[in-house]
Amino acid sequence: MLEFRDVSVSLGEFRLSADFAVRPGARVAVIGPSGSGKSTLLSLVAGFLMPDQGVVAWDGRDLGGVAPGKRPVSILFQDQNLFPHLSVAQNVGLGVRPDLRLSAEQTDRVSQAIERVGLSGMEDRRPSALSGGQQSRVALARVLLRARPVLLLDEPFGALGPALKIEMLNLLSEIARESGATVLMVTHDPEDARFFAPETVVVEGGVAHAPTATGPLLDDPPPGLRAYLG
Amino acid sequence: MLATAAALAALILGTLAAVATFAGGLGGLGPWDWRAVWFTLWQAVASASLSALLAIPVARALARRRFPGRAVLVILLGAPFILPVIVAIMGLISVFGRTGALNGLVRSVGLPEISIYGWQGVILAHVFFNLPLAVRMILQGWQAIPAERFRLAESLDFAPADLARHLERPMLRAVLPGVWLAIFLVCLTSFTVALALGGGPRATTVELAIYQAFRFDFDLGRAATLGLVQVGLCLAALALASRVTLPSAFGAGLDAGHSPAAPRGWRRAGDAMAIGLAAGFLLWPMAAVTLRGLPRMAALSSDVWAAAGRSVAMALGSAGLTLVVALVLALAMTRAGRARGWIEAAGMLPIVASPLVLGTGLYLILRRWAGPDDLALPVTMAINAVMALPFALRILIPAARVMEMDYGRLAASLDLRGWARLRVLVLPRLSGPLGFAGGLAAALAMGDLGVITLFANDNPTLPLKLYQLMNAYRMEDAAACAVLLMAISFALFWGFDRMGRRA
Repeated sequence: MLEFRDVSVSLGEFRLSADFAVRPGARVAVIGPSGSGKSTLLSLVAGFLMPDQGVVAWDGRDLGGVAPGKRPVSILFQDQNLFPHLSVAQNVGLGVRPDLRLSAEQTDRVSQAIERVGLSGMEDRRPSALSGGQQSRVALARVLLRARPVLLLDEPFGALGPALKIEMLNLLSEIARESGATVLMVTHDPEDARFFAPETVVVEGGVAHAPTATGPLLDDPPPGLRAYLG
Repeated sequence: MLATAAALAALILGTLAAVATFAGGLGGLGPWDWRAVWFTLWQAVASASLSALLAIPVARALARRRFPGRAVLVILLGAPFILPVIVAIMGLISVFGRTGALNGLVRSVGLPEISIYGWQGVILAHVFFNLPLAVRMILQGWQAIPAERFRLAESLDFAPADLARHLERPMLRAVLPGVWLAIFLVCLTSFTVALALGGGPRATTVELAIYQAFRFDFDLGRAATLGLVQVGLCLAALALASRVTLPSAFGAGLDAGHSPAAPRGWRRAGDAMAIGLAAGFLLWPMAAVTLRGLPRMAALSSDVWAAAGRSVAMALGSAGLTLVVALVLALAMTRAGRARGWIEAAGMLPIVASPLVLGTGLYLILRRWAGPDDLALPVTMAINAVMALPFALRILIPAARVMEMDYGRLAASLDLRGWARLRVLVLPRLSGPLGFAGGLAAALAMGDLGVITLFANDNPTLPLKLYQLMNAYRMEDAAACAVLLMAISFALFWGFDRMGRRA
């Protein structure tokens, strides 16, 4: 279980507080106006940001003091998810061993992951030789290999067209289901939330609210969210 | 990381402390020494002023004219930065010396000869080195004026005088102080030029006076006192500089596509003359020394080649040292919060200490354990590495910052740390800037004729060997040696830079 226990953080004028739990295996959309603190919420879990007070915990264990790479977390950013100087196989391989000294068995697992996301034969390409959708697939293959119980998505498919985005969300659903990962996905598109996430966290007015059922929330949004959704 | 910065600071400050404790009071300095202080100041003022003033018409011409070969010329203007000083001096002697082409001309019309030795030679050489850099810096200022402004000026039918008043003079007012000060700082610690062309009561710089006190009089107390005076001069100049942003002479982006409206008529001829004269002033000495030296290259003696080998090894070691320290400091600066200012200060410390001051200090510290001949190469390598550090940092810090911004979080989230991070992320991402910085450091160390003169006789570096040949009036061999030195310096720079780009 992922818990925000009375967490608050401030960055200059900006302030965000959160006090709720996400049950294991849940898929949760995070929506709210831009600048409301959606990415901040994810950064607290990923370890790029420490709470001023309160505790972020996983399975009852306080994550404070745990380095980002040691947390039970994979994260996909809006962009820069791949190193441009590394090949597809190397970028995926980082999910197995960051120093890329892979055994034969590990190399096989990398190939399988690349195959799983439909990029067989592209192992040696550089990211610049791939389309946006293919780049997302490479990042997903790495997520697959890292197999961390928490997956954070900071609008990683924001730059993709609608059809491609649905495709990625489907692939993501499969991967999340197979691994039983708890997923937090920041999005500015309510349709994404309906499609992918049974539950939604609304971030607004300096507060990240506890997750509620996505459908009813979007059908009858509270005033703050209504203003944002229009 | 902090340890590296601390070690660097300890090296420099400790050396300066050794100099300070050894120094006698200012009373130990005679009128000869004060003359050196006075000459150091006025030649730096004259060199900086002349270089900056002469650079203006050349930069303006290059900014507003487009002609074949312009891009090459602009690149060549950056070359003096890595051209060994002693090679340039050879070139200048070939043209302006007693047997040079210019004096031949002067004699043929019955005028008295001009001598390149003395204050005029020192200033001539300083202008030779700094005019091109000044042109590049001012050219950057010109190209930083947005094209829209020039278009607006055109649509308002500005005459050249209006253009100068509303666009060019404000730009020059902003850029020139930095240009002037950057050159002034370089000339303030000038050693090689003064050693080869100056000397005597009327053309001795403080750096040269340190050398003479150390080497000829072996008066370490006076050398140390002069060292303190030199540090004082640098500190004063830096205090001045802290109010002005110093432009960088090797920045990119000198090839912006737009060209401001170029006036026709006599101004066209004027621009052509400015560019032609500047290019001639730069290229003629280099061409002269090359033509003179090339045929003799095959006949170079084995001790010249031995010196070349020694120099290359020293330059490679020095560049390696610079890169390691600069990389550690640059990476530390992208992370360290409060310590950042201290780390940056440590990296910029070398500007305060001139090579000869550091050399004197290191000798004072180490003389109990080693003799001058043993110290020559290691100390030269260390001091060259330290002196190249500010340049390397200026190149690496922005690049490291961009890397950290783009990929720092991704690396952290993948648990990429330590050596793996260096190998997988840092070296590939920073290979370009590392190659460029390494090339600069290697070329500067290769061509340096500074601290080595304090120590070595028997195992000279290539620049010192060249200087010894010049002193023995073996000018043909000296020219050949100069060609070799120039070729190796440029090859080192080119090799490093290319390695960085291909990685």
